[in-house]
Amino acid sequence: MTGGRHRLALWTALGLVVTALAVVAAGCGGGDDGGSASTEIEGLGSSLEEIQELAREEGEVNVVQWAGYAQLTDEFKAATGCTVNTKDGGSSDDMISLIQTGEYDGVSASGNASVRLMTTGDVAPINTEFIPNYADVQEGIKGKDYNSLDGEPYGVPHGRGPNYLMFRTDEVAESTDSWSVIWEDDELAKYKGKISIYDDSIFIADAAVYLKATQPELGIDNPYFLDDEQFNAAVELLKKQAAAGVNYWPGDVAKQISEYTNGDSVVGTTWPYQYLQLTNADPAVPVSAIKPKEGTTGWSDTWMIYSEAANPNCMYLWMNHMIAPEAQAAVAEGFGEAPVNLKACELTENENHCSEFHADDESWWEDIYYWTTPTADCGDDRGEVCKTQEEWEAAWTEIRG
Amino acid sequence: MTSVTNAEAPPRVSPGRRLSTFFYRHPRLRLAALLALPVGWMVVVYLGSLVVLLLSAFWDTDPFTAEVVREFTLDNFRDLFERDVYRDVAWRTIRMAALVTVADAVLAFPIAFYMARVASSRTRNLLIVAVLMPLWASYLVKVIAWRTVLSSGGVVNWGLEPFGVQFDGLSTVGLWLVFTYLWLPFMILPIYAGLERIPNSLLEASADLGARATTTFLRVILPLAFPAVVAGSIFTFSLTLGDYIAPGLITSEQFIGTVIYQRRGENLPIAAAFAFVPIVVMILYLLVARRLRAFESL
Amino acid sequence: MVESRLTRVLLRLGAGVTLAFIYLPLLLIGLYAFNRNVTQEWPIRNYSTRWFRVAFEDEQVRDALQLSLLAGVGATVVSLVLGTLAALAVSRYRFFGREVISFAVILPIALPGIITGLALQATILDVFGPLGLSFGLATIILGHATFCVVVVYNNAIARLRRTAGSLDEASADLGADSLQTFRYVMFPQLRSALLAGALLAFALSFDEVIVTIFTAGAQQTLPIWIFATLSRPAELPVVNVVALFVILLSIIPVYIAQRIAGAGALATERTVRGPVAPTIEAEP
Repeated sequence: MTGGRHRLALWTALGLVVTALAVVAAGCGGGDDGGSASTEIEGLGSSLEEIQELAREEGEVNVVQWAGYAQLTDEFKAATGCTVNTKDGGSSDDMISLIQTGEYDGVSASGNASVRLMTTGDVAPINTEFIPNYADVQEGIKGKDYNSLDGEPYGVPHGRGPNYLMFRTDEVAESTDSWSVIWEDDELAKYKGKISIYDDSIFIADAAVYLKATQPELGIDNPYFLDDEQFNAAVELLKKQAAAGVNYWPGDVAKQISEYTNGDSVVGTTWPYQYLQLTNADPAVPVSAIKPKEGTTGWSDTWMIYSEAANPNCMYLWMNHMIAPEAQAAVAEGFGEAPVNLKACELTENENHCSEFHADDESWWEDIYYWTTPTADCGDDRGEVCKTQEEWEAAWTEIRG
Repeated sequence: MTSVTNAEAPPRVSPGRRLSTFFYRHPRLRLAALLALPVGWMVVVYLGSLVVLLLSAFWDTDPFTAEVVREFTLDNFRDLFERDVYRDVAWRTIRMAALVTVADAVLAFPIAFYMARVASSRTRNLLIVAVLMPLWASYLVKVIAWRTVLSSGGVVNWGLEPFGVQFDGLSTVGLWLVFTYLWLPFMILPIYAGLERIPNSLLEASADLGARATTTFLRVILPLAFPAVVAGSIFTFSLTLGDYIAPGLITSEQFIGTVIYQRRGENLPIAAAFAFVPIVVMILYLLVARRLRAFESL
Repeated sequence: MVESRLTRVLLRLGAGVTLAFIYLPLLLIGLYAFNRNVTQEWPIRNYSTRWFRVAFEDEQVRDALQLSLLAGVGATVVSLVLGTLAALAVSRYRFFGREVISFAVILPIALPGIITGLALQATILDVFGPLGLSFGLATIILGHATFCVVVVYNNAIARLRRTAGSLDEASADLGADSLQTFRYVMFPQLRSALLAGALLAFALSFDEVIVTIFTAGAQQTLPIWIFATLSRPAELPVVNVVALFVILLSIIPVYIAQRIAGAGALATERTVRGPVAPTIEAEP
């Protein structure tokens, strides 16, 4: 018996070591990171006509998207010959992992994904000549940190929206206008176990937004660039919230929708998408969604092309399609966001959609902080003292407990 | 006995026959031929992959791009030991796996016993199919159905309402129920097979020697069926230990699987380091199970 | 046996409780397939068959079902071959490292799926990818077969342990070559065990989510489709229809197998009619 087990251990160890060496030897060979920023993707046509021609040969395009994003895919197929296969990502981390498998041609990336993807070279800059609709994109959204690098555009801006405070109106006062309902002790006690929170480290920024308004002495300016003191204050706030009993909803939004429907959650943070699903349900769930007075986090998304896309021509046409007025209108209403191509405003079914989402009212967006990747460089005179993405994630694991 | 020389010059021999003879004479080669494929697969595909993953636990990441940097470090393990959360999560998961295993064993034993030793062969066949069928119903759909069942507006609370009781189903207790439900067939089948194998003569001998039914059960049946229970527990325990989908859908508590899943994108090395926990736990579990002769009952 | 009347009643009760526990949620899935509303409320207010039409017209569902079937068959075939070979080697030979095999075979199903999945994904990306293997049906089968081998192996080895190696020798003495011996002597003894193993392997593969998430790339098996659909609440009812359909469909293979092998074999029954070898302790 004992001899047998020793031998077992020996063999296992030996086998592991041998395979490890073999595999590592094989694996080290293929690790080059050619992060060259060129709009020339292998196989991409050199003119719009050629792209359209080559796209018919490709016949498909695989994209990673936020649920509910891809629209009018049948029309797209009819016009270009490209079948659209979509994969929903639930968080920006998810999307980065998916795009890095090399199986997808493009992604609808929020700022906390796009910045990393541009730096790693997983996405390529685009040649806007081949994307005629790019000219119609609001100028104010072009050339931002989260959609371009060194002045070069990476992908096409697609739409933006706020993360709302959503509550059931039969449980929470309709006059609610502050995030305090999910942060202050007495409120937490009231909604114990029925608070709904997005399960992602980026939510730390939401705590920072509240602290920025309520504890000015912390000196928070940008909620994504937090130094030690600011970060710890946000984490403490989140831990206090977690202790009160929180329902975390992962990127698959169905969990949150079913919780609000059944009354297991009554107040929390959400995307307009869930709000629309709940209010359009039959029977409608009594919920209200607002941008609280402290401001909120939000996103401004960009369709980007994978730097080694297998179907670059279809992907170029897809980027052009998604900023065309028709698709813009469909996504804006389907997901609940402001289009970036204002020509869409004439096509929405709800003719007030653009004004409801303040598509061309820049002042409304001033207190909305778009998701971005936290880095050590604070971007101001504090220098390299801010918490990195990695630290945010580690803290999030601790907050969740 | 002159035919001896004749026999030494055999008649036409087919190539297959010749190969058989060759392999018969060289049992080592025959063994090698048998083992080449399965061992190759297991070592290259599985163990090789595992090593690739586990090695990355010793690597660093770029704090900004989250790309793995191939520089040796033990920081990931230090993190695991220094931050309480990882220990809490590991214990919570192991405790859940143990509780699920116990619940499954308790639920599985009566039906397995009934199938193996009481039911008519017709009923038995029906029951076997009945136990197997749920394996075909989608795991995900079952979890979603349970979420509906356990929610505030679900069947459970609907049934409890007249009594004025409110059950918080989307909780650790609810998850325990769901896991118990999901893995139950994996426990019933080995126990049934184990009980079925006990020869009647042993039980009769026990009765003949004056043992009462309870004594026979406790001193003969239970010890003989125990390896089968352990065999079933390998499934219930390990499946609970690594699941990340059901916990995410039912509760808001973190388990080993959910943490690994959440961290894999931005910090694969720390996810890999944490993966050592279930791997070590399972290897120990398997070694004990093997000692208890559970492998024969799988 | 010596069970008293009371014991029998209690046993029947216990079995009944467990069966009810197993089947009530499945019943609910069946009911919700007919729920007219998108949200799964209780009690159900309106029944309708509208989701059936939606499900049957859904091209994605059909593609996913097809891919799942292909992956299931592929994984089953691979695990049949690997599992049988390994079982033959372990049961008929004594060799250095023999113990490791049964251990190594169990490992993929005993270690969490997320670890197997992450490990395979990393390896496919870093090692197999450069060698020309990209994510798709092949990698799905690769992942599934890895943890399916064990069920075939276990069934085969349990059966081989009870059958005599002397039969193989007799066959050889009578002039059969290895293939013939396998075909006419060993296979008939193994058949029902392999069938049971194959069926379980297929079921495991058909319903696998976690490993598949990491090895499927952009492809969708049925569980992956279900998983994706969970985040599109408007399509959730279709999922229940598909689940009901799959449960009903599974009756066919289970029924056929039961006809061929007897239900006992499905539960990995170890007793075989025919020559039974004395169980020799294999431990050195």
